[in-house]
Amino acid sequence: MPTSIGSAGSYHYFAVLTACFTFLLIVAGALVTGNEAGLSVPDWPLSYGSLNPPWEGNIRYEHGHRLVAAFVGLLTIALAVWVWKKDTRGTVRKLGWIALGVVVAQGILGGVTVLWYLPAPISVLHACLAQTFFCLVVSLAWLSSPAWARRHRDAGCSLSLNRLAMATAGAIYLQLLLGAIFRHTQSGILPHLLGALLVTLLAGWLIAHVFQSPRLPSGLTVAATSLGFLLALQLLLGLASWLLRLATADAVQPLFPVVAVTTAHVAVGALILAASVILALQSFRVRSEESRTGSRTPATPVNP
Amino acid sequence: MRLKNYPCLPLALLAALFAAACGSVDIDDEDLDEVGGTEAAAVVTRVDPATAATVNGKVYFEGDLPRARRLAMDAEPACAGLHTKPVYSEVVVPNENKTLRHVFVYVKEGLDGMMFETPTEPAILDQKGCIYLPHMLGVQINQPVRILNSDPTTHNVHPTPRNNREWNESMAPNVPPKMKKFPREEVMIPVKCNVHPWMKSYIGVLPHPFFSVTGADGSFEITGLPPGEYTIGVWHEFLKEGVTTHKVTLAASESKSVDFTLKQAS
Repeated sequence: MPTSIGSAGSYHYFAVLTACFTFLLIVAGALVTGNEAGLSVPDWPLSYGSLNPPWEGNIRYEHGHRLVAAFVGLLTIALAVWVWKKDTRGTVRKLGWIALGVVVAQGILGGVTVLWYLPAPISVLHACLAQTFFCLVVSLAWLSSPAWARRHRDAGCSLSLNRLAMATAGAIYLQLLLGAIFRHTQSGILPHLLGALLVTLLAGWLIAHVFQSPRLPSGLTVAATSLGFLLALQLLLGLASWLLRLATADAVQPLFPVVAVTTAHVAVGALILAASVILALQSFRVRSEESRTGSRTPATPVNP
Repeated sequence: MRLKNYPCLPLALLAALFAAACGSVDIDDEDLDEVGGTEAAAVVTRVDPATAATVNGKVYFEGDLPRARRLAMDAEPACAGLHTKPVYSEVVVPNENKTLRHVFVYVKEGLDGMMFETPTEPAILDQKGCIYLPHMLGVQINQPVRILNSDPTTHNVHPTPRNNREWNESMAPNVPPKMKKFPREEVMIPVKCNVHPWMKSYIGVLPHPFFSVTGADGSFEITGLPPGEYTIGVWHEFLKEGVTTHKVTLAASESKSVDFTLKQAS
């Protein structure tokens, strides 16, 4: 029987590349929203009836977003085929096709937002599906990584850590949904603030849990450290976005500092989600391996 | 319920969401034709010039107005190059006599049962220097609006009405003017260029010709009114009283002056 993870490694770097471009795509999408450029190109799928419209004003943001999206679509087709050809794990092979389906749906949603003049529910759905797709591609990259392939016997991954990691990832996704609703509907910020509180509590708990388990693999600790750093940065960016919005409420056009900070807020939100997905996947991996080999989580930490 | 037994469920949910999202904004052609066709069946009201009345006045502001915002066109050489001086937003334009420019004043009530002829002469909305001229425009229902692009750059024209059909169309330099109509009453329809997001304009659509926009001295004048009792409405995009009203009774041939004072939003 082939070692499925070893054979998957051949597409790992390509999956990482796709994840990087997907992140760039999320940033490009945030720039479209921040600059109020969503309807600067009235037609779709072409832009001004062309593949190369005039690069003027906000058309740069909207058409740039479309170009990156098209490129990510092509990368995803290649990735799905590559996964299907090279990976022997049924779930991972399905994940590749699901990612392709999601990116196609996302492209159609993008077109619908243009043709139907940015209806808020569709814009929110578009924003959330972007994060879903990012999760899928990050998952494919992680599932094909050497870190995933490494054996983790007696690492001390408890069931509670596993569940906490998944709950944190879920809460972060919910928080991104609340952020998208706030941004696209101009509704009150309270739900988003409560979401931030929930995420901070869960993530803090998770990070503390990881660092209290010293035999956990480095992938988990690196992801937990990244999550903590990104979360602190995100809270600052969120505060800055809110204060800037208040200070520029009577602005007559999008202002660079506001666009920069809110775009960074969206981008860091995506990275936080990615870190939490990696944590959840890795804790699941370690936990399932321990369950399979029959090892149990020792309560007491051991010296390295 | 096992999801794999329902492979079309996500698609069905997506379709339902689309329908929900668009149900509130869709106005079909039949609705619009019906609105446009009512005029032919009704008797057009003729106002006797000998008895026509006038209401005029000025719109003042009270309190501190926000400072004028300079438009940042620097990133757009095609726009910035059209101006030798800084360009400021037209959202709030105070005049020296403490009056406001760009205030839409109109007869809000008092003309029930009357039908007025729709002008065939188009109103003009120009895109010049990457701003809309005029900033505020009044038209009658189904009056043609001639939209021009006098700039050497691409614009898109995007009205976002609540009551009329939304549309979004591009206008490259040197293209022929667009002719548009708005078949439903609406005060006001924001018009935006999404390519240059500082470009905003407003169109007031009324079933009668009794409206005016204040100018450089903050004054307005509505002429040719039949004698009667009217509610005069005042609309401004920024101030707290978006629409403020005042009742006025006009006798035959009477000219009455009514001043308004708008307060800054708190």
